[in-house]
Amino acid sequence: MANDRPALDARALGEWADDVRAGRLPRREFVARLAALGVAAPVASALLSFAGVAQAQAQPSYRPTKRGGGGALKMLFWQGPTLLNPHFAIGAKDQEGCWLFYEALARYDADGNLAPVLAAAIPSRANGGIAADGRSVTWTLKKDVRWHDGRPFTADDVVFNFAYATDPQTASTSVASYDGIVAAKKVDTHTVRYEFKTPTPLWDRAANVVLVPKHLFEAYGGARSRDAPANLKPVGTGPYRFVDFKPGDLLRGELNRDYHGANRPHFDSVELKGGGDATSAARAVLQTGEYDFGWNLQVEDEVLSRLESSRKGRVVACPSGDVEVILINHADPWTEVDGERSSARSHHPILSDHAVREALTLLLDRKSVQAFVYGRAGVATANIVNNPSRLNSPNIKDEFSVERANALLDAAGWKRGADGIRAKDGRKLKFLFQTSINSVRQKVQSIYKQSCAKAGIELELKAIAASVFFSSDVANPDTYGKFLADLEMYAVAGRQPDPDTFLQWFVSWQIASKANKWQGVNRGRYRNDEYDRLYRASQSELDPIKRTALVIAMNDFVCREHAIIPVVYRPSIYGVARQLVAPLSGWDNALSSIAEWYAEA
Amino acid sequence: MGQYLLRRLLIAVPSLLGISIVLFTVLALAPGDPFSEMALNPNIPPEVQAALRKHFGLDDPIWQRYFRWLVAMLHGDWGFSFISRVDVDTLILSRVPVTLAVIGASQVLALLIALPVGIYSAARPYSWFDRIASTLALIGFSLPTFFTGLLLILLFSIKLDWLPFVYRADLSATGWAWWVEQFKQSIMPITVLGLFQGAGWTRYVRSATLDVIRLDYVTTARSKGLRERAVILKHVARNAMIPVVTLVALTMPQVFGGAVVTEQIFRVPGIGSLLIDAIQRNDTPVVMAVTFVFACLVIAFNLLADLLYGWLDPRISYR
Repeated sequence: MANDRPALDARALGEWADDVRAGRLPRREFVARLAALGVAAPVASALLSFAGVAQAQAQPSYRPTKRGGGGALKMLFWQGPTLLNPHFAIGAKDQEGCWLFYEALARYDADGNLAPVLAAAIPSRANGGIAADGRSVTWTLKKDVRWHDGRPFTADDVVFNFAYATDPQTASTSVASYDGIVAAKKVDTHTVRYEFKTPTPLWDRAANVVLVPKHLFEAYGGARSRDAPANLKPVGTGPYRFVDFKPGDLLRGELNRDYHGANRPHFDSVELKGGGDATSAARAVLQTGEYDFGWNLQVEDEVLSRLESSRKGRVVACPSGDVEVILINHADPWTEVDGERSSARSHHPILSDHAVREALTLLLDRKSVQAFVYGRAGVATANIVNNPSRLNSPNIKDEFSVERANALLDAAGWKRGADGIRAKDGRKLKFLFQTSINSVRQKVQSIYKQSCAKAGIELELKAIAASVFFSSDVANPDTYGKFLADLEMYAVAGRQPDPDTFLQWFVSWQIASKANKWQGVNRGRYRNDEYDRLYRASQSELDPIKRTALVIAMNDFVCREHAIIPVVYRPSIYGVARQLVAPLSGWDNALSSIAEWYAEA
Repeated sequence: MGQYLLRRLLIAVPSLLGISIVLFTVLALAPGDPFSEMALNPNIPPEVQAALRKHFGLDDPIWQRYFRWLVAMLHGDWGFSFISRVDVDTLILSRVPVTLAVIGASQVLALLIALPVGIYSAARPYSWFDRIASTLALIGFSLPTFFTGLLLILLFSIKLDWLPFVYRADLSATGWAWWVEQFKQSIMPITVLGLFQGAGWTRYVRSATLDVIRLDYVTTARSKGLRERAVILKHVARNAMIPVVTLVALTMPQVFGGAVVTEQIFRVPGIGSLLIDAIQRNDTPVVMAVTFVFACLVIAFNLLADLLYGWLDPRISYR
């Protein structure tokens, strides 16, 4: 793809940011310099705040002047929470339920920045929270926070959560959030230090892990974890106290009079109803107003707009890191090498041709996919990293052009045959394109098939039941990990604002193979030494500005190589009643900000 | 009689074992994995998933898992939900009251419609009443519950805004207000299920009554000068009820099993919605427990129907 701008130079950026910090360079000058490089002003100032340059924080305003008095808050989740121990949470639905009663040190706000919850302040280099050598982070805790049973919340609780979650006998699902942390040390009663295995720029690990009280779970660590009475009757620090729970159906809470946030929470009681389907949940919030909040409304945008016209509620789309992508198989799915197809040792006979991959990228009509399929639930993008906006590359542009694709393929020697399908050396441009069964994905598949046909590429479409496609069943040939097809489409779930987990999708040591039971996250089997080098550099780059530049460089690298075809990025979609004010974020659970919610009179 | 009962109960044991083996094998062979949801969560590495599979013994051979399940079941341990991490019996018991209330009420409604309408139609076959009732019954059991359910929601919840379409097991109101709320939220699911079931039963009651009403003893009863009311209720109905009792008894396990589709539409937290959720999440212990209880109930109510048969018709004896 043509690029007439100079690429962002990591070192220059870092130096400029240092200058702004030291007061040698005015903010406006920094923004102007970046604008010359094609970086929009908001992105530039986000970069600065990320580098620790103070900026007026836009605090979401909380209006109520007293605790309570807001009546009942009724929320509808088409998938209800099935358990209430945050360390056992399987999906987002379970974590949501936990946030009513439990809290974390911090939560991510809508811009992907941390906002303190149980922490007194967010650690930074300036306040000494983040160690200069990148080996530890120190969190100071709010004083005067009490568990619902009156016991004080202290550093011991934070240390305990680390030990509890990382005990293999507990079989916790939160263990991954503590990945890279080797120890949690108590400094004093309200200060905790997480120590990292290696110097890492990802100091915010475990920041939004929801914390449980030591005194109720201490006796139930390891193998006895399933017997803890508090698994079903949470005692937390959160804005609401536990009342009643029926797994998968109903969760109720009441106002916590001792809550540590001033004038919070606003509602006297909360109710979280689960079950049913997303469409009728949207109806109950947007059209009849029976409920105040509808979670994760995966409903066609056209339907949502129609329901919204009753003006009982509105749809809120929060940017997140979720990206719908078409994976290109860089290995050969049609030949068996060492007892496995799509072996990392093989190369795809056709897709290893850069021209074919570029043509495939040019043939994806993302604008139409957004306009006719996703609506607000999917924004066309040519980048793999889109959010938070500070990490979004300005260099890659979305382009849909059948003419250019045809010209590229002609130039590369792919000639149309009598049936209209291009071929070269006896190989036809025919691909098997698989995805999970989902009406939205099937629509995208057929849009893509049509435009590919115009360029002489034939796509054979295949849809697999989601429970099979996404399973880790080693015996099933149709899983996304085995990838016995040329192309496959699904969504990357990017919950953390830092795209590190997604960027691992292209490193050579993560290639999915028989040896790792197809658990490697590099399912496209992409392999490039230059990319590996960039990724390794980003792992140890402590300067946030330089690291941002590396992330952008990795994004540009993958997109220019056409190693993958991004389709749309997918904001989280929520339904919110007209009077409800809820600072939602796509980077954390919807209910992580529940203490800040209120209803306007 | 006692010996018959004992024999039937003994026969039930191998059938239940057979059912449990089939259920377990089918569930074990079905694709999917209770922890597959984790695969989509980038914050949970595959090792956690593998550790959990090991923790819950999912990687053991099927027969080992089956015997572990059987031994636990014999000890009264119903299993442990992978997804909710609670005992399965707690999970099921929490759903029983709502199921009994909603499905039970709908069955009562169905009987209240089917018996009088069916008998009256049969007493006056091909009258206007019979024709209208037959037509409505045909329409009633031809329309699936998901269709009538959505129609009622569109009319009463969305157009008229009279009734809520989300069922809540814990109403915050107390006293009379509770009863009013409960009535308002239950009326649609109960009507949908009751009318569907009632329509089928009406046809059945009508034909059973028609079979009996033309018999000679009925003519004799009439010629004795008995009033029509007494003839129908005492002489016709009692004999006509024998097949109907079997039918009703065999549908009783469904009261426990819940109504999967209707519960999903109205978000009734019954056993049916528990089962469908468990199936979707591959929560095998829950699916296994619910279906096994269901199998037990089918066998038990079969037996009960046979016993009732003898009580209603003394000509039948047990050997």
